[in-house]
Amino acid sequence: MATTEHTEIKWWGGGRSPFNVEYGKLMMWYFLMSDAFTFGAFLISYGTIRFSQNFWPDPNHVFNSLPFFGHANLPLAFVSLMTFILIISSVTMVLAVHAGHHMDKKGVIKWMSWTIVGGFAFLGCQAWEWTHLITGEHAAMVNGELKFIGTTVTQNPWGPAIPGLIHDGMQVGKTGPVAFGGYFFGITGFHGFHVFSGVVINIIMLIMAMNNKFEERGHYNMIEKAGLYWHFVDLVWVFVFLCFYLI
Amino acid sequence: MFESNTHSPEVTFHHAPDENQIKKIIKTTVILSVITLIELGLGLVMYFMHEGGHSSPFVVLLIKGIIVILSLLKAFYIVGVFMHLGDEVKNLMYTIVFPLMFFIWFIAAFLLDGNSWKNMRNTRGGSMPYIEKSTEHIEAKKPGIE
Repeated sequence: MATTEHTEIKWWGGGRSPFNVEYGKLMMWYFLMSDAFTFGAFLISYGTIRFSQNFWPDPNHVFNSLPFFGHANLPLAFVSLMTFILIISSVTMVLAVHAGHHMDKKGVIKWMSWTIVGGFAFLGCQAWEWTHLITGEHAAMVNGELKFIGTTVTQNPWGPAIPGLIHDGMQVGKTGPVAFGGYFFGITGFHGFHVFSGVVINIIMLIMAMNNKFEERGHYNMIEKAGLYWHFVDLVWVFVFLCFYLI
Repeated sequence: MFESNTHSPEVTFHHAPDENQIKKIIKTTVILSVITLIELGLGLVMYFMHEGGHSSPFVVLLIKGIIVILSLLKAFYIVGVFMHLGDEVKNLMYTIVFPLMFFIWFIAAFLLDGNSWKNMRNTRGGSMPYIEKSTEHIEAKKPGIE
């Protein structure tokens, strides 16, 4: 309906922004674009190293546990939970932005709070996963000696199996490529740091909304900008999930 | 739709409040969840094929390709609907989307580079010891261990 009117506007004729958004929002978009390249560079670097190796650990063997399920073999289970937490928190963020468009302070506060809860839930999951990986020791041959090692940035037990070498009924292998731990902790850590900053930004937005800051300004544009950042964090997770856990 | 309550001089017009917005959000949530479930299903298919010891490299590559396309679809929905880029004027959309096309070259060039390194590792032309690396290669390829 409105689009026909807008096509007649001379966007490049001067006197107005050709992008029809405020400065802050435009800059948020450009920041996110540059951040996309940062994450892209990390993930592509991971892909390059992975492609250059003869052996790479199978994610289904590395990420197969779930809290309270002990040693049960549950590939993909925990990371699906994390993925859904982030999707749902993205939805509550959209609803907060939507409430903001309608100048609905109560709605903004409610949905922002849920988004923050989702952010903390995700961070909690990540903390558990990291702890589990670092402290969960598995048998591996290190310089000809059988050792129990966790997954860190310097070593990991996820290398190729050594045929015939069985310890306690478990197949023992060599140590895995060092880059596996480095890339995993580096990239999920960088993403987790983004989630953390997103939560901090969201908390600030929540406090500002509660103190009527946006009511006084007459608009909730700041919620929209925080929302862009939060959705971007979800977007990056789509690709982290893809590159580290699925393929 | 030239509204008078313009908050900032950069904004020429505001979008009319979309009454169907909530419906659109719910629909997108369902789409994202379903795509994620399909991805997980495909991931498990690959897992069980691998455990069963009959995974052909071609089928695995095909499934991985499908998962990549599904992820791009998810990205499209997040950016287009949740971030409302689809509702912005074309100028803004292009200025964000066009630079991202560098990724096509970026991904292709670097993954090919990685692959070339792998080839060098396993041949005499490479800088790595030939025998040791090539035996590791064969070992890794043995079914059921990895």
